[in-house]
This record gives sequence, C-alpha cells and structure tokens, in this order.
Amino acid sequence: MNSQQDKWNPKNQSSSGADELKKMWVSLFGTQPPEGSPKRFIFIILFVLLGIIAWSSVYTIPSDSVAVVQRFGKYLKEVPPGLHVKLPLGIDSAVIVPVKRQLKQEFGFQTAGATDPFQSAPGKHNGVQETQMVTGDLNAALVEWVVQYRIESPSKFLFEVRSPRQTLRYVSESVMREVVGDRTVDEVITIGRQEIESEALIKMQTLSTKYAMGISIDQVQLKNINPPRPVQESFNEVNQAQQEKEKLINEARREYNKVIPLAEGEKDQRIREADGYRLKRINEAEGDVARFNSLLTEYSKAPEVTRRRIYIETMEQVLSNVQSKVIIDSASNNLLPLLNLDSSSIKAKSGESK
Amino acid sequence: MKLIVISVLTILLLVTAKQALYTVDEVEQVIITQFGKPVGASVTEAGLHVKMPFIQEVNAIDKRILEWDGAPSDMPTKDKLYISVDLFARWRITDPLQYFLRLRDERSAQSRLDDILGSETRNAVAKHELIEIIRTTKDRVPMRDALLSETERDSDMGNLVPIKKGRQLVEEEIFTAASEKVQVFGIELLDIRFKRINYNESVRPKIYDRMISERRQIAERFLSEGNGEAARIRGNRVRDLNKIQSEAYREVEEIRGLADAKATEIYAQAYNKNQQSIDLYEFTRTMQAYPAIISNNSTLVLSTDSDLFKFLNGIDPQ
Repeated sequence: MNSQQDKWNPKNQSSSGADELKKMWVSLFGTQPPEGSPKRFIFIILFVLLGIIAWSSVYTIPSDSVAVVQRFGKYLKEVPPGLHVKLPLGIDSAVIVPVKRQLKQEFGFQTAGATDPFQSAPGKHNGVQETQMVTGDLNAALVEWVVQYRIESPSKFLFEVRSPRQTLRYVSESVMREVVGDRTVDEVITIGRQEIESEALIKMQTLSTKYAMGISIDQVQLKNINPPRPVQESFNEVNQAQQEKEKLINEARREYNKVIPLAEGEKDQRIREADGYRLKRINEAEGDVARFNSLLTEYSKAPEVTRRRIYIETMEQVLSNVQSKVIIDSASNNLLPLLNLDSSSIKAKSGESK
Repeated sequence: MKLIVISVLTILLLVTAKQALYTVDEVEQVIITQFGKPVGASVTEAGLHVKMPFIQEVNAIDKRILEWDGAPSDMPTKDKLYISVDLFARWRITDPLQYFLRLRDERSAQSRLDDILGSETRNAVAKHELIEIIRTTKDRVPMRDALLSETERDSDMGNLVPIKKGRQLVEEEIFTAASEKVQVFGIELLDIRFKRINYNESVRPKIYDRMISERRQIAERFLSEGNGEAARIRGNRVRDLNKIQSEAYREVEEIRGLADAKATEIYAQAYNKNQQSIDLYEFTRTMQAYPAIISNNSTLVLSTDSDLFKFLNGIDPQ
C-alpha cells in the first residue's frame, strides 16, 4: 500500500478510500473490519445511515417559537427555543409552533407576498364576497378588516381543532357580520368604527376561547369601508351637500360681517360728529354772548354816543363799496327821479326812501 | 451463507414487528378492523399500541373538532327576500364505531352534513323575516350622525327596525333541529353560525335604488337647510343694518336738537336780559347784516333825511 504515490493515481482511488474507512472503523470499534468488497459496501451504507439518523435526531427551534414533541404520537412535552435532540426514526416528532410571532389574517383584500396560506381568502374572487355585508337597517356595505392574533397554547392549537386558522377565518367573518348587522349603514361607514372594532374583538375572543383553539386575538382593525359601488356616488352627494350647506351659510355670514360692523362704526362716527356740532354751537353761542355782554356793559354807560358811532362806522364801510348811489333831497318831491337803467349790471332797486 | 440467512430472518422479524405495532396520534382515534369488520372498542389513548400483524388493519379517525363550511345557497325569507346564505358549523366524531359503520369516510360525512344542515337552514330562514336573521341585539339604539337634523331623526331613516328574536336565536333553532338528526351517525354537532348573508343578485338593484333615494333625500335636505339658514342670515343683515342706521339718525337728531336748544337758550338769556339789551341786539345785528346784504353792485336811492346825510342840508338840520 504505497498510499503517498498512489494518491495521485486515479486508478488507486477506491483502495485508498477503503483504507480511510478501515481506519475510521478501527478507531470506532477497535477491531479490524472484515475483508471483502460486498461487506465494504454494506459498511458504507450502514455508515451513511448512521449519519442520517444522527442528523434527524437534532433539531433547532427559532427564538419566536416552541416545539411540541410527541412520542409514538402521544404528547410528551413542550420544548423552548434552541438546539435539541429527539429520538430518531419516527419515534419522536417535533412540530414547531410560532407562539411569539404576531400573525394576521386579512379579509376583503390581500397584501402581496404573504407566506401564510390562511392570511387571505383562497381564490381570487372571494375577496369581494368577503366584504359584502348587510347592515341593521337592511342596507348593504363593503367592509375590509384585519385580525391580529397569537398562538397562546401550542398543544391546544395542534390537538383540539383540526384547522384552527381556517376556523378563525370563519369565526372572524361570522362575528364581523353579526356586529355590522346590528348597526345602521351610517354607523358602519362613518361614526361607529371604533365601537365595531372593540365589539368584534370581544366577541371573537369569546368564541376563540369557547372553541378552545389556543388562539388569543390581539386586535381587530377595520380598513376600508365603503357603500356598494352603485351607491357610492349618492353617498358622495351627501358629503358634497353637507359642504355646500356650510358654504352657503358661511357666505351669508361673511356678507353680514362685511356690512354690520361697518354700519356700527358709521353710526358711532355720526354720533360723534353730532356731538362735535353740539359743542361747536354751544361754544360759538357762548363766545357770541360773551362778546355781546362786554359790549352791553360799555353801551349801557353811554348808549347814544355808542349807537351813533357804530352806525356811522358801518355806513362808512358799506356805502363806500356801493358804486351807484343817488341822494335825493327830501324836500324836493316835485322832481321825478330818473333812474338810468342803461348802466351796466345795475339792477333796479325800487326802494322807498325816507 | 449464515450471514444471508441471519439478515433475511432479521428483515422478516422487523417487518412483522412493524405490522404488529402502530401509533395513535393525539389527534386520532382508531378502529381496528379484521378482514373489513371492526373488532373491539375504539382506541382513543395516544401512543404505541399492539395489534395482530397482517390480519388487522388500522383505521384512523380524527378526534379533533372538525369544520363544515356549506356552499352558499339562495333561499327566500319569510318576507319574500331572496338571500344568499353561507353557514359554517363545528362537529366532532364522538362515536367512532358508529361513524365508521354508517359513514366510513369524511367525504360522505360532509355530504350528509350538507343535506341536513342545508335543509334545516332553509326551514329556519323561511320562517323568519330578514331582519331577524341580520340583527342580534334587541334594544340597541344606534349612534346618530350629529349633522342630521331633527326631522331626520324622527323619520325612519337611520333607525333600526325592532326585532323579536335575533340572529342567535335563529342559529340556535337550526342547531337544535340538526344536532338531533346527526347523532345517529356518531357525530356531535357543536355549533352553527351564519358566516355570510348577502342579498341575492336579483334583489340587489332594488336595495341599491332604495339606498340611493335615501341618500338623495338627505342631500336635498342639507341643501335646503343651507339655503334657509343663508336666507335667515341675509334677512338679519338687512334688519340689523336698518336698525343701526335708524338708531344713528335718531341719536344724531336728538343731539343736534339739544345743541340747537342750548344755543338758543344761551343767546336768549343774553339778549333778553332787559330792554337795553334787546335794543342793542337789534341794532348791532342789523349793522352786521348791512355789509352782507349791500354789495358793490347794489343801487341805493337815499334821502337827505337820513342820520348820515342830514348834514348835506346844512350845519344844523332839524
């Protein structure tokens, strides 16, 4: 056995392989392996089988799951995350259950790339049928929602109900329709969403516990809710009419606010102006009166002279401005006074003079 | 040579052992049949069990709660509305022997359930009005949209029609009737629930029309309310404007009246003190008036009789 030289020689490959096996066999079992090629074949197979068996008895559990181990089909124990060993050859079986992961189911729509086959309704058209519901006032609505749940009890989840996730889908649809069926279409579409979510959650949890599915419901979330398509437009009309109503009222209010405060201001302005007039008149009157009173005091001391003086001063001022004056002797009343009416811009003033 | 014999014998032993042992899973219950006929009671305990090799066979039956989902079917209600109803039910095999004898496999079990549950549902739906099947809570008062007006709240729209029984009682009726009938198959029915209830295609247009006209009515009401309120505000505007302007007029006139009166009082008090003041006032006021009245293009015909021109007649006129 010149293994060094023969290694590079392909014709001798099988014999060097057998040498390796023989050495391993010796190290494992302490005896020389029996000679002969059919026996060698059996050893190889046995060795491989042992390897497979060893491989199948080791398993890992990811950190968000636990495993339920059954021996000969009977429940044995629950195993936490990590690397574990079980009895091979089908004696022990370990089923991994994701207990910490939050799972969800969608109703009425699907998000792409879902790995859980129960996340959405099977088949393409069922999505529409899932959303159709009848409301408590015998109207119709389309409802989409999501249920988020966790597996609480792995043994119940595996052993009590045959298909707990399918059953959860039925429960969810049935409960949502029950809750929606108690409400008016207005509540469903607009104002009652919160209430629907909480009532649905409570009812689903009650049923889930009653059915012993080992599932606990975390949340029910409503997504799109719409009236049926042929009716959607008239629902929009209602919204538009509401807004139109607001708009009309606001416009009228705006007009009012444009005019009334201005009128109030103007009223104040006019009152103040009148006040000003009042003050002016009183002050002027008082001024006039004060002036008169001073004059009266002096006048009463020498009335005749004061009268004469004022008269002559006034006449002086007045008559000097007048361009056309005629002075007639009062004694000569035989003379016909002739008025020259041709003079430019002289208005005939027929005054009887004394 | 000996080795071949030993290995063959070992193989035969293993095969026989495999045939004599069988496992029962936690979810199974097993009926052992011998040449096709069941022997012994059903085996419900999970784990490893022994049987006769080659002659006896293992028939595993599910021990868990099973689900039944009926296909949706159309049926009329008592008030002649055609609806499409989809139920689901839960059942379990409580007497596996009976089940095995009468039904043998699950396909026939599901088909039996289809028949029984389908007919009981049809009966129950035909006996009740649609509203009894839709609604559950008897005395529920619905939430109201705050934007709806008084008249709308009084009308039927947005109201819940009162019910006598409700969905749960109808479900219970179906359940009671059907569970008796399935007992003979070794099956226990656990419960029944309506999964989907929808209007039939033929009924939908009528329902949609009704919904559309309801909504239109609400929309028209909003519009007319808006117009009415706007008209009211416009009326207020005119009224308030008139009120303010007329109040302004009144107050202004009052003040001016007071002003004029006060001024007149002041003047009168001063001018009317005694005869002298009256005379003086008349004189000075007239003197004030002459320059204003007599302008430079007036023509005056004066006489020498006046106080001003009397000296034209002589130094000492009479």
